[in-house]
Amino acid sequence: MKKSVIARIKEWARLNSLWVLHFNSGACNGCDIEILDALTPRYDVERFGIRLKASPRHADVLLASGPVNHQSAARLKRIYDQMPDPKIVIAVGTCACSGGVFRGCYNIHSGIDSAVPVDAYITGCPVKPEAIIDAVAKLINKVKAA
Amino acid sequence: MGLVNIAVGPQHPALKEPINFSFQTDGERIVSADARIGYAHRGIEKGMEQNNYVQGLFLTERICGICSHAHSMSYVMAVEEAMKIEPPKRAQYIRCIVGELERLHSHLLWIGVAAHEVGFDTVFMYSWKDREVVMDILERLSGNRVNYAINIFGGVKRDIDAEQAKDILKKIEKLEKRLQYYIDIGEHEPSFVARFKDVGVLTSEQASSLGAVGPTARGSGVTVDHRKDDIFAIYHEIDFTVCIEQAGDALARYIVRARELVESCKIIRQLLEKMPEGEIKVKHPRKAGPAEVVARYEAPRGEDVHYLWADGSDKPFRYKVRAPTLAAIPATLEMFKNAHVADIPVIIASIDPCISCTDRAIALTDSRTGSTMSWKELRDFSNRWYADRSRR
Repeated sequence: MKKSVIARIKEWARLNSLWVLHFNSGACNGCDIEILDALTPRYDVERFGIRLKASPRHADVLLASGPVNHQSAARLKRIYDQMPDPKIVIAVGTCACSGGVFRGCYNIHSGIDSAVPVDAYITGCPVKPEAIIDAVAKLINKVKAA
Repeated sequence: MGLVNIAVGPQHPALKEPINFSFQTDGERIVSADARIGYAHRGIEKGMEQNNYVQGLFLTERICGICSHAHSMSYVMAVEEAMKIEPPKRAQYIRCIVGELERLHSHLLWIGVAAHEVGFDTVFMYSWKDREVVMDILERLSGNRVNYAINIFGGVKRDIDAEQAKDILKKIEKLEKRLQYYIDIGEHEPSFVARFKDVGVLTSEQASSLGAVGPTARGSGVTVDHRKDDIFAIYHEIDFTVCIEQAGDALARYIVRARELVESCKIIRQLLEKMPEGEIKVKHPRKAGPAEVVARYEAPRGEDVHYLWADGSDKPFRYKVRAPTLAAIPATLEMFKNAHVADIPVIIASIDPCISCTDRAIALTDSRTGSTMSWKELRDFSNRWYADRSRR
């Protein structure tokens, strides 16, 4: 079925300007500095139209790092609810995927997907900026196909 | 008009990490401030008690991703004392080289974030580009960009060969020329100075009575640098100056950090020159103690204190971490008083907060009744909790 003109414009706009919100739900900062690193001159994901945004209401993608503890789980859920549809969630780092090295600690949920639905997982402790770029490229293809 | 409460965080444009501040404001002026922490609390101290000493190495490195080496250093120093082993001289030099490289990357990172908070994104991009030079060195030395995992009890895991040393010196020299630029903008760039000057003033008396540490205290004229105050590792063999500024505002803290970058380059050069030949590690026993040890290390953000109670088994009996940002929080709340609402991001950034380091201590309050749990209730609760659930 052929897409309508409006739908095609929307898709074109979305693919060329994925805006990202970053939330640290109890990470060690390792993944967070690598996320910022991916945005700065060496790696520069801005060439794909990706920008870091401060407000959930402006964001298309939620980059969440950290294993999610009891206190931040409710916050993560709330931020997810504040984002406009369609939304994408990426779990950044091994502890965001599964709890990682903190698994078994009393305060820890086993990953982001215990609080919100997740579309993509990036493993690594911490993730490398290259891995983030790889995930973003795959994600763009996924959105295209959808 | 009455006082207005403003909540900032845990997710807020002014914050890179989850912490919650609540401000009481009278118009544009802040009357009082309070902080709520715990959004990044992971229960690492308890986790340390459940795992053996070698597993603890992985956990301490992940207390904080920016100053991971500082926490790992404090941990190995504490455990080595409890195990009664002494690392070889060469290993100590390698540890300090990694430590100073970490200080370089942490301060460059901070300069970027601080510049971003005042809307000077050009410097944000510049400093993060220069930081990549340090990250490259660290990756070449340890194989990792962030959690270096270079420490092991009784030494280090990897040696530095002559070729690597030459490469480090070349890169450091290139970096040093760039660092002058950051000192220059802190001293001369009018818009930058205007935004930072007289913001978040902390007097020297306040800094010492509220227990501020690291660059926050040094920016207020308090001479605290653990590398100079106490003899540990091999810093007494190295010639360097402690950077002190008297003004006590955000600009002073900026200049302290910018100057420390140059000092760190100087230290790395000396360390590489003086590094003796020899072994890089000694064998370590599996069990430690019984002993009670306090280890201190000058992390990029200030003094990092680790406490270890070893009972002779292969696991710590009690482990306690006091990270530098936790010590700086009372001082920060003082800085907020009489400041403008628009200065909040600048003041928060000026102490270089690291929330994942901080979230060790929590007061346990029952959310329904508002009462704090007593030691006995807490023990009963934890016994119930662990009985209810099988381990891993």
